[in-house]
Amino acid sequence: MSQAEVTPPRPVVEMRDVSITFGTVRALDQVSLRLLPGEVHALMGENGAGKSTLIKALTGVYTIDSGQVDVDGVETQFATPAAAQHAGISTVYQEVNLVPNLTVAENMLLGREPRRLGRILRREMNRRAADSLQALGIDVDPTSELGSHPIAVQQLVAIARAVDTDARVLILDEPTSSLDADEVARLFEVMRRLREEDTAIVFVSHFLDQVFEIADRMTILRNGRVVGERMVAETTQLELVQLMIGRDLQALERIDHAAQEVAEAEETGEAAAQRLPVLSAVGLGRKGSLEATDLTLYAGEVVGIAGLLGSGRTELARLLFGADAADTGDLSIEGSSRRRLRSPRHAIDRNLAFCSEDRKAEGVFEELSVADNMLLGLQASRGWLRPIPPATRATLVAEFMTALDIRPADPSLPMRSLSGGNQQKVLLARWLITEPDVLLLDEPTRGIDIGAKTQIQQLVVDLAEKGMSVVFISAELEEVLRLSHRLVVLKDRRKIAERPNVDISVNDVLEIITGEPGGLAEKERVDA
Amino acid sequence: MSITAPTGVLAGVGRFTPPRRYLPVLGTFALFIGMFGVGGIRYEGFADPQVFLTLLLDNAFLIVLAVGMTFVILTGGIDLSVGSNVALSTLIAARTLELGWPVVTVIGVVLLAGTLLGTAMGLLIHYFDIQPFIATLAGMFLARGLCYLISVDSIPIKNETFSAIAFGSITLPGGYYLGWTAVFALVIVGIAAYVLASTRFGRTVYALGGSEPSALLMGLPVAVTKVGVYAISGFCAALGGLLFALYTLSGYSLHAVGMELDAIAAVVIGGTLLTGGRGFVVGSLLGVLVLGTIQTFISFDGTLSSWWTRITIGVLVLVFVVLQRVLTRRS
Repeated sequence: MSQAEVTPPRPVVEMRDVSITFGTVRALDQVSLRLLPGEVHALMGENGAGKSTLIKALTGVYTIDSGQVDVDGVETQFATPAAAQHAGISTVYQEVNLVPNLTVAENMLLGREPRRLGRILRREMNRRAADSLQALGIDVDPTSELGSHPIAVQQLVAIARAVDTDARVLILDEPTSSLDADEVARLFEVMRRLREEDTAIVFVSHFLDQVFEIADRMTILRNGRVVGERMVAETTQLELVQLMIGRDLQALERIDHAAQEVAEAEETGEAAAQRLPVLSAVGLGRKGSLEATDLTLYAGEVVGIAGLLGSGRTELARLLFGADAADTGDLSIEGSSRRRLRSPRHAIDRNLAFCSEDRKAEGVFEELSVADNMLLGLQASRGWLRPIPPATRATLVAEFMTALDIRPADPSLPMRSLSGGNQQKVLLARWLITEPDVLLLDEPTRGIDIGAKTQIQQLVVDLAEKGMSVVFISAELEEVLRLSHRLVVLKDRRKIAERPNVDISVNDVLEIITGEPGGLAEKERVDA
Repeated sequence: MSITAPTGVLAGVGRFTPPRRYLPVLGTFALFIGMFGVGGIRYEGFADPQVFLTLLLDNAFLIVLAVGMTFVILTGGIDLSVGSNVALSTLIAARTLELGWPVVTVIGVVLLAGTLLGTAMGLLIHYFDIQPFIATLAGMFLARGLCYLISVDSIPIKNETFSAIAFGSITLPGGYYLGWTAVFALVIVGIAAYVLASTRFGRTVYALGGSEPSALLMGLPVAVTKVGVYAISGFCAALGGLLFALYTLSGYSLHAVGMELDAIAAVVIGGTLLTGGRGFVVGSLLGVLVLGTIQTFISFDGTLSSWWTRITIGVLVLVFVVLQRVLTRRS
């Protein structure tokens, strides 16, 4: 009752009917958003729904075509990110937007350094940074160079910078995608503390569990439009997903369908074991990245690699592909006498394919067209002296555009104009065109929307059915368990378990990793 | 528990290693000392402090150019126009002095012209998003061309104030002397080092070299800084031009051909990363001194041909670029 007497707080930010058009694409269509002080507001939607555009419209990166933005009830239009920051609106982006060559303290206070007569007071700056870091429970030496820390720590420093500006609105755009469970918990602690101090927080994440754990209210976007504003407590995950993808049950059915197929495939798992191995590694290892590991891959089988961040998941894939040279061990590939792969070139020649987790840096050529990106792998394996005939190009590209449902369906568009999920599909197509025997997928579904995620999962199932050997690496244990026939668990750069994926639950995997019966708390953490 | 503090201190002393970012500069410093040491052993009189002071005097203009170039390279850019800018400055100075303009006005006009040229290129680079290489290449041709508009022939400088500065020096204890132009150059190095290390502008220069998109999203004044470094480089080129005019007491359109490359080489040898974000002005000073020492070597030896200067510079630049690669890859 007492709540009803309190007048609802005035929104810090109110966006009304904001529209932005890029060329012919309506990126935002009459979008409204209200941010209240002391509330965590989740911005939900698939990739390409307009979340990032909305954030950039608010923070002055993009100018809006029509509509109105009120800050504290006053109509405002920020011309630059700096102007938005001055007004107390700070943003932490998915990719860490700091400068690696300066110290942690400098990164936190760049542009706001304590000065006397124009001279930066370095000691004062370090002290202030140390205080803020300590207040957030982040244990980092402020005088160390930012680039010397792992991405997760850099992300926390970015948040510390944003918090340190006395932000009244803090926008966190996918802040958790590079954090492990402990770090997420620490971030949430920081967010709760800020919420108590009446900061309005915008939280964007693909992890539904995290949203339901931390957020109070959410605005759901689809195709540049608002499809709903809900209180988190009054909404179920299912409702949310239905709103986000708009095709409600269809997609969910597809996931079940995929799971069912895997289950069926499991029954024939014994037959697979009798098949010839396509690749087997004995004692493969590299100093500082992975201890000697044995692994055998069979045709038609999906091997799931589970493990926490830093467990050696990615390192294993890179060693198998020759992206990092192994110090120890042998690798034998069917039909090849080579004992170790020294470069990806050798791997490609032996029909291996590797989709890196770092799509942006190690996969996509943003300026090239979708078609060019798709055909790079094939061209490389043919050799540069044998160009692909135009007719073949067109057929291949068209075939895979349809098969993988890549949108927009125009192969001449530059790669950078595609959403993350569609870029990932193009990368998959690049390797599928080369018809590999072994496909190494490192986090193929990270940071992409549920629709595309389901499609990629379905694809993995289909490929294995056709006889391809697939290694599937993902931070999401459920996904790994859903797709794989055999499960390999890594911990601290070592293989600690390998078993057929029969009746294994997420909890079981956690028990293997933690070495103790996993309580509910652990389960939640890793799910997150 | 009382033991903890002393052991901590001792351990700190035992572990003392200079931070990584100073390694390239220390390397250049060691190289310079080493070269001087070898010279001192091989040639009589090489180790005389006056040789070092003369080195500063002979290279004062290059030091100033390298300072400006350091700002530009720290942001990840490049400025190819500085050599031509030097030539243009010598000509403007010589021509205006010939016309009888007061010395102060002449200096002001020269500095203004150079700074404007730099600013114009900076504006092109930032607002039209033109590659620094191309924009400053255009600036290089433009400035060189303008030289011929002023005069095709060399113009001697006969102004008394200029001569006084050119030949003037301060006497140091022990009877050594340091030319005024060298003093100017060292002051510029000092100012630049201070600006880069301890002002917001300076730190933004490093931030730009670290990641320009990040700097923009952090709300830093990217436009001002980016245009600013080219303006500074233009200013330094003009000042270098004045020093060069003092050194040669003439203005000539063929002065300083290729000097921009010497400046870039000095900056690289001084340990500044060509990709930006890492390096120190002091390193560039040391880089110039290393280049100068090579020439001193050759003049002391007498039997070596002068092209050995170029060959040695080439080898040094290669070695330093490779070393930088190795150092940055490991970190």
